[in-house]
Amino acid sequence: MFAYIVRRLLYAPLILLGVNLLTFALFFVVNTPEDMARMQLGAKRVTPEAIERWKVERGYDKPLLFNGAASGAASLTDTIFFDKSLRMFAFDFGRADDGRDIATEIRTRMGPSLAIAVPTFILGLFVTVSFALLLVFFRGSYLDFQGVVLCVAMMSISGLFYIIGGQWLVSKVWHLVPISGYGGGLDASRFLVLPVLIGVIAGIGGSARWYRTIFLEEAGKDYVRTARAKGLSELQALFRHVLKNGMIPILTGVVVVIPSLFMGSLISESFFGIPGLGSYTIDAINAQDFPVVRAMVFIGSLLYIVGLILTDLSYTLVDPRVRLD
Amino acid sequence: MDVQPVFLWTDVLLFGLMACIGLAAWRARRSEPMRAAWRRVGESAVGMASLTILLLFLVVGLLDSLHYRPYLPPAPDAQVTNGRGPVSTEVRSALDALAEPLRTRVEKTYSAPLAYALFAKQTIEKADGTQQRAFPRLKFGGAGLQYPEEDHAGDVLGRIGLGLALAAGAWCLLAGCLVQGVAMSRMVPFGAAWRAVWRGKGGLAWRAVLVTLGLVFLFAGPVAVLAGEYHVFGTDKVGQDVLFLTLKSIRTALVIGTLTTLVTLPVAVVLGIMAGYLGGWVDDLIQYVYTVLNSIPGVLLIAAAVLMMQVVIDTHPQWFETAAERADARLLALCLILGMTSWTGLCRLLRGETLKLRELEYVQAARAFGVSTARILGRHVLPNLMHLVLIALVMDFSGLVLAEAVLSYVGIGVDPGTVSFGTMINAARMELAREPMVWWSLMAAFLFMFVLVLAANLFADAVRDAFDPRAS
Repeated sequence: MFAYIVRRLLYAPLILLGVNLLTFALFFVVNTPEDMARMQLGAKRVTPEAIERWKVERGYDKPLLFNGAASGAASLTDTIFFDKSLRMFAFDFGRADDGRDIATEIRTRMGPSLAIAVPTFILGLFVTVSFALLLVFFRGSYLDFQGVVLCVAMMSISGLFYIIGGQWLVSKVWHLVPISGYGGGLDASRFLVLPVLIGVIAGIGGSARWYRTIFLEEAGKDYVRTARAKGLSELQALFRHVLKNGMIPILTGVVVVIPSLFMGSLISESFFGIPGLGSYTIDAINAQDFPVVRAMVFIGSLLYIVGLILTDLSYTLVDPRVRLD
Repeated sequence: MDVQPVFLWTDVLLFGLMACIGLAAWRARRSEPMRAAWRRVGESAVGMASLTILLLFLVVGLLDSLHYRPYLPPAPDAQVTNGRGPVSTEVRSALDALAEPLRTRVEKTYSAPLAYALFAKQTIEKADGTQQRAFPRLKFGGAGLQYPEEDHAGDVLGRIGLGLALAAGAWCLLAGCLVQGVAMSRMVPFGAAWRAVWRGKGGLAWRAVLVTLGLVFLFAGPVAVLAGEYHVFGTDKVGQDVLFLTLKSIRTALVIGTLTTLVTLPVAVVLGIMAGYLGGWVDDLIQYVYTVLNSIPGVLLIAAAVLMMQVVIDTHPQWFETAAERADARLLALCLILGMTSWTGLCRLLRGETLKLRELEYVQAARAFGVSTARILGRHVLPNLMHLVLIALVMDFSGLVLAEAVLSYVGIGVDPGTVSFGTMINAARMELAREPMVWWSLMAAFLFMFVLVLAANLFADAVRDAFDPRAS
């Protein structure tokens, strides 16, 4: 077990290096810094001096991978790849195009992102699992059928519709909560209710149907029949046996996203004007602020890898049959 | 008509896909298990109903994929050799030609569905020189009405009635043809065939098809008749007919939904089989590649790639002759980029399945007989993976259509000049804040997208149930 974790931890930097190479290729090889400068400076009649100045300001005037002019170790470190990509391993993300420090920005924006993502995640998991269990309790009946139809219909609706429709109905027609914005402290809850609610509703369709399939498969197994035969009520069988064992496959999909909750939700944050990492990313994409996009790609991959390791560990915790070696 | 045909990349691929489906269908006819699986799809009422809807969308999308460039009328003083002028830089499609009135009747700005006047008051100068704040009449919508206040409701109702009558007539004709076909194939009289179909005993679920077609006609008939005089779904900010925009969006959705999986399918299949069958360092390498791609959050990888592609397209304007070609290149690139993030799932699935197949007796027997690896893979492994590929193709469709809308909203989707559900929603989202609200273009986009995605989801379920023995 210990050896397994060590091996996985050693594998992680290798994957991150791959991610870095990929983003490096996308951002610096497919398009040279000159192309980017011309894009950013806009005008077609931009002078070579302006491009040169833009590159020097951002440190893009170095060679890509190997600096022949420098000597010793500097020939590898005094390059764009080292400066812009490898430094991220030390969480040194550099500055955004507007001159702000990306790492500071990420730290301050993490709070609002978590404030919306964590309640959505927990509430969403609770609601979908309960809904799926309800359907399984009434399996084969008309209610079950209607529930599945509802799930398919709900997962066919665009996520944008939930957000736009919810904002219109709750904020504009009923005037219950503000349409968008964010406040500090307890005031924030006023702004968070609607995005959390919509996030939960938008997720019900797909997950509940999937969980239902898992629970149904579990409920048909012999040990559940034995449980019923020894006199457990249907509810007890569902909660004590089906739910517990059904959670094992559900964990695969769920644990892996927990670290990524830091990243926030791109769409709902920007719709509801919440100053989290999701809206930061969207703004960076729209402003073509490449350093920020690169930093977010790195953090996202890091969190995903942490999630994968957590998933493996959680398996051993909930299912003693699983041995990692 | 004398036009110059244009073959955009996505057109070629879309029609190529159709040809592949035709070829696969022809081959599937000879294989008994395939026939049985497809018969199970055909016997499922939900499967046939959703297939009907999908085929209707497909017809619209394919019509919109027949592109051409019309010739301009020759300049009066130019030397004309064959009676036509230079070719236009505007690329049109067969759908544009069929829906010519919808395309050309552009109003000034917003107008509500079926309206005869603009949505906002404007200052109008009257004949006697006085000025008045009023809702100006539309140039085209309801232009035939002499006294709109009195005649509007009656005219609309009359047209709806006519549309319903036409729809009923068309449906009866179609149902007659279908039942006649069933009667001829089973060699029973027409009446008996009709009863069999209606009781759901027509072999395939023809009743579901007829009911679905009936519902579609009930909607399409009145819309078609009304569209001759009104803007059925209103007009958008620059006065374009929303119904026309919605019809144009269908092609974009189909292209994204199908080509994305298709263009990356070879990569996923080849790498998945290689990783599973060859094992060793090949397996390690392929697993490493897809873990790297998987670990980057999808939207960010797409965003990074799209931003870079945009720079490439912007810095090489000489590659594209017309705006449509540039938009098309961007659409295809978006498919490739979306595919880049989605092939890993299928690849992993195929790898796992190949690992299982490799240990089966008949594969081991083939290996013992000295059959070459390539032949084992092509003859014994690949055919047994095709059901997974098919299921992935249909299952991914709906997710991709929904993803396009979100990506276009974020600004990393299709070219702003390409009409798609995403660009429609993106353009319409500020309109909800207006007072009174402009809701129709948003509603139309969501409604059509919902019907398309729902049909795709239901069809995918039917296909999975029929092809995956473990699912049911």
